[in-house]
Amino acid sequence: MSTMSMKARKKASNTLVYIILTVLGIIWLFPIIWIVLTSFRAEGTANVPYFIPKTYTIQNYVKLFTSDIFNFKRWFLNTFIVATGSCLLSTFINVSVAYVMSRLRFRLRRTYMNVALVLGMFPGFMSMIAIYYVLKAFGLTQSLVALILVYSAGAATTFYIAKGFFDTISREIDEAARIDGANNAQVFTKIILPLSKPILVYTALQAFISPWMDFIMAKMIMGDNYDKYTVAIGLWYMTEKENIEQYFTTFAAGSVCIAIPITILFIWLQKYYVSGVTGGSIK
Amino acid sequence: MSQIAINKKGKTKKMKSRENIVTIFKNGDLFTRLSFLIMGLGNIARKQFVKGLIYLGCEIGFIYFLATVGIEKLQGLITLGTQTQGWVLDETLGIEVLSQGDNSMLFLLYGVCTLVAVAVFLVVYISNIYSAKHVQDLADQNVHIPTFKEDLKDLMDNKFHLTLMTIPLLMVTIFTVLPLIYMVLIAFTNYDKDHQPPGALFHWVGLANFKDMLFSASSFSHTFFPVLGWTLIWAVFATVTCYFGGIVLAILINKEGIKLKKMWRTIFVITMAVPQFITLLVVRQMLMDYGPLNGELIGWGIISEYIPFLTKPMYARIVVIIVNFWLGVPYTMLITSSILMNIPKELYEAAQIDGASPIKAFIKITMPYVFFVTAPYLITQFIGNINNFNVIYFLTKGEPLATDYYFAGKTDLLVTWLYKLTVNYKDYSRASVIGIAVFVISVVISLVTFNLTSSAKSEEDFQ
Repeated sequence: MSTMSMKARKKASNTLVYIILTVLGIIWLFPIIWIVLTSFRAEGTANVPYFIPKTYTIQNYVKLFTSDIFNFKRWFLNTFIVATGSCLLSTFINVSVAYVMSRLRFRLRRTYMNVALVLGMFPGFMSMIAIYYVLKAFGLTQSLVALILVYSAGAATTFYIAKGFFDTISREIDEAARIDGANNAQVFTKIILPLSKPILVYTALQAFISPWMDFIMAKMIMGDNYDKYTVAIGLWYMTEKENIEQYFTTFAAGSVCIAIPITILFIWLQKYYVSGVTGGSIK
Repeated sequence: MSQIAINKKGKTKKMKSRENIVTIFKNGDLFTRLSFLIMGLGNIARKQFVKGLIYLGCEIGFIYFLATVGIEKLQGLITLGTQTQGWVLDETLGIEVLSQGDNSMLFLLYGVCTLVAVAVFLVVYISNIYSAKHVQDLADQNVHIPTFKEDLKDLMDNKFHLTLMTIPLLMVTIFTVLPLIYMVLIAFTNYDKDHQPPGALFHWVGLANFKDMLFSASSFSHTFFPVLGWTLIWAVFATVTCYFGGIVLAILINKEGIKLKKMWRTIFVITMAVPQFITLLVVRQMLMDYGPLNGELIGWGIISEYIPFLTKPMYARIVVIIVNFWLGVPYTMLITSSILMNIPKELYEAAQIDGASPIKAFIKITMPYVFFVTAPYLITQFIGNINNFNVIYFLTKGEPLATDYYFAGKTDLLVTWLYKLTVNYKDYSRASVIGIAVFVISVVISLVTFNLTSSAKSEEDFQ
């Protein structure tokens, strides 16, 4: 009798949880579903007093890829180049610094780690003006290389997560390899890196995704050179006051086009993401 | 092999801890002492010709740099320019010509670059002294002195950190440290929209900007404190709501007997994967005065007039916290999920036998456990929210504007205000002061909380 009531109670509470999760799920997905619907909306203006479009069209996507004013294809390609470049460079920097700080001991190691912490406490874009002038001195403003460099430079101070990961790898492995005659470079490339797939994937994923999302630095560096825009500034520009009435549905179409690949990538690599975030900081 | 390496390392470490530049000068022989003046001499004397010549080359290059441009740039850093752009009478031509004048911005930038160059040289200089002493010690003990080739080979082994750190250090110096020094220095000048080079010069003003922000009756000061207050309120609410919301959601999904856990997780994670500026701009559009949400609510007869979600200060502030909740909960959920799975089941069973209700078990078991593990994460989140540019800028742009504020709106955080002052108003010196204020706040909060939490254990303990 009592087990029966226990079971019934459990069932009831699980049903309640399902209901809550369903409601929350709808709330959480709603804006995303709405943007997909809007991207197919035929009524062109920005503000309509209803959620479900009255008529549907694929013209928004056609406009997105054929418009002369907003060269979305170009922006997409630009962002892809920057993302790939900064993914390679910043993964290299991030993992190198993390490994050095975690495994090797030398003078100024602590100093460097403390300086990196302190640098991280300044608001990220406080120095954007100065970065702009530095790039200008190199003749690099309004170029994709500049973006790659700026994004990757940040990696040298945000190595703490990867360092936490390396800290968890047993040092006995290094010692054994060194007894076998391997030097530090070989320990790094042949022993530690193959063991670090989760953190490599996590770091690379972060670095690849951030150019698709960053707006501040990209806008600062590219200024009014539309041909060098990344999708983030381009799409934002479509929602500025002077454009939004005409281009909001096109913006929605563009958003869908970049959200789909990133979402797939993200969900596919989700487990690395979790182990990356939790592996280092939480143990 | 490794044993030797460790021993050697231990020994050198011990020696170095006793050595500093002064003791080296006292104990060094002639060549080591001369290395203080002529860099690389110690190395050359011990037949490390290439290394010695590299040091010497650095010294000559640096002196040449100082003599030709360096000194001038450092002087420029002090004056920040004296010649204002304008019309000057050219005596030979007898007419007025436009004189370019000095550019304070460039003076400051080049001055900072020179300072960084001096700092880099000092590092090389000190390494030269240690190197001279090191080869002297090796020679005294009749140990083999490594050739240049062996030194290079060591870059892959005992000096591997130098190899790996070169590129990162170079990039950090150029793109992070140098710009940051430049911006911090600007806080001590009057570089604002009235002092824009090349048309006008700006000057050092000492702590005037800080006084203006903290102790004056100016509109800048009258904006700073309310914006600071709202920034802190926002950070507390944004962090706490997302934290507990995320934990509750993780508990719901991980509840025993709930099927399709992965699907539920994925549903919420999608909001994390879509770029933030997109979701935020979309939500902004939804919440517009004449947008779809108001339209539907009016259509269903729930309200008769639109709700000013983003245009009334109080509503806008609540809305940004709610939308941030929507954005931030999946992240905490993802992180706490794995922690929840690690809590020993026996704890809950014991609690159940003792007759504890699920809520009591949550307060007494789940929360302390999760809190213990996630304390550092919580601090990071709090600092992150103080600097949370995206949510505010894309959702409200800091608006509704307040007329009595200095170019800020009612939902502006310090960082969005900083951004607007920089980009829209070229008010660099004030923006820079705000940046330093954010820095100080972040440092204080981190230090205090880090020392309070039990997670402040030595990193070596846990390796």
